[in-house]
Amino acid sequence: MNLNIENLRCVRAGRTVFAELGVGVDAGEALILAGPNGAGKSTLLRILAGLLRADEGDARFGAVSLKEDRAEFQSHLLYTGHLDAVKPALTVSETLTFWAQIYGAPRDNVPIAVAALGLEKLADHHVRTLSAGQRRRLGLSRLALIDRPLWLLDEPTVSLDAESSARVAALARQRCESGGIVVAATHIDLAIPSAKTLDPAAFVAKPKEGIMNADDLVLSGDAW
Amino acid sequence: MGAFWTMVRRDLALALRTGGGGALGVAFFVIAAVLVPFGVGPKPDLLGVIAPGMLWIAALLACMLTLDRLFQADVEDGSMDLLALSPLPLEVTVLAKCLAHWLTTGLPLLIAAPLMAITLNMPGEAYVAMIASLALGTPSLSMIGAIGAALTSGMRRGGVLTAVLVLPLYVPTLVLGALAGNAAASGLDASPYLMLLGAITLACLPLCPLVAAAALRLALR
Repeated sequence: MNLNIENLRCVRAGRTVFAELGVGVDAGEALILAGPNGAGKSTLLRILAGLLRADEGDARFGAVSLKEDRAEFQSHLLYTGHLDAVKPALTVSETLTFWAQIYGAPRDNVPIAVAALGLEKLADHHVRTLSAGQRRRLGLSRLALIDRPLWLLDEPTVSLDAESSARVAALARQRCESGGIVVAATHIDLAIPSAKTLDPAAFVAKPKEGIMNADDLVLSGDAW
Repeated sequence: MGAFWTMVRRDLALALRTGGGGALGVAFFVIAAVLVPFGVGPKPDLLGVIAPGMLWIAALLACMLTLDRLFQADVEDGSMDLLALSPLPLEVTVLAKCLAHWLTTGLPLLIAAPLMAITLNMPGEAYVAMIASLALGTPSLSMIGAIGAALTSGMRRGGVLTAVLVLPLYVPTLVLGALAGNAAASGLDASPYLMLLGAITLACLPLCPLVAAAALRLALR
């Protein structure tokens, strides 16, 4: 299934973050969101996840419209944000077992997810005792736990070492190879051959032609 | 259904392991109830008369105390984003969290209440009605409280605001709960009040999760 983003517009606190943003991503492709801080990468990802409402436009995954059938759209995607969404009081395997049950993933996936980001030795440790990078890895191991075709990753490799970053890149590559779609805001190279790059900030509404501001009127004053 | 109980178990485990859940609420309830004789003075007759109302006020406050973390912790660490995106409807998640909150706050109050009733010299005839009123009424406290907790879940210091929002909504429960105790103490039939309390809780069951889930979705934007 392909992802089509159509004419998205988002205004936050009176500022247009992006407008008329449209892009199509085919199955097996990746969309890398680039651009400086504040370019609207996280905003776009949260809109695609259905957590934030776009002021205009829509996104379609296959035939499913985000606007018209949000729950169905959300049932195809997996989102990981800035935050790890882990609880200090639970152990690594408890955390993954919980999310597997909530998302209806088979319990057999838990050991697979633990191994996917090299957390085997930490499986029975409380999250409280993990480092920031290890917590990040636990958060990201949900990617191997829950089987969803559309991944929305917001800076997935922050605070990860080179080896773990490579594991995340490999997971993303596998997702694309198996016909999924990865949309990621990231500064590392995921090494996905069919990746498109998009800067949300490049999509800003062009000023409407024919309307001049006050300065233009003054400058053009000597025409008569 | 499995996911619902998973959610309840997880919140119970978190409340028990991080401490401050049930034990703290009960401790607050006990202290609040014990403070009453200090304020009113050593007048057993007067204490006996106001005991049902005082127990209910102490229960309201104890319930309030633990509300602010109901959703806030999950919103702050990003878990709520993932819960909102999960196949489990957010309304059901809210209901599961309310149940876990009641099991760690309301249920321990039921157990501590008879002891506090003795401290306040509550008439013997009122005990059954009092416990029954708490059993029927406290679930609604958790559910109504969830609305306030959801509205303030995106704020850093939402605790006091939660109290301001929620306490007025607790008034019907408080009035009926205290009336049930008072009626039984004076030898009257408490069952109408108990039935109305049950009605409030039943009405909250579908309504409060709907409202709280809508408020949570706003908080996640």
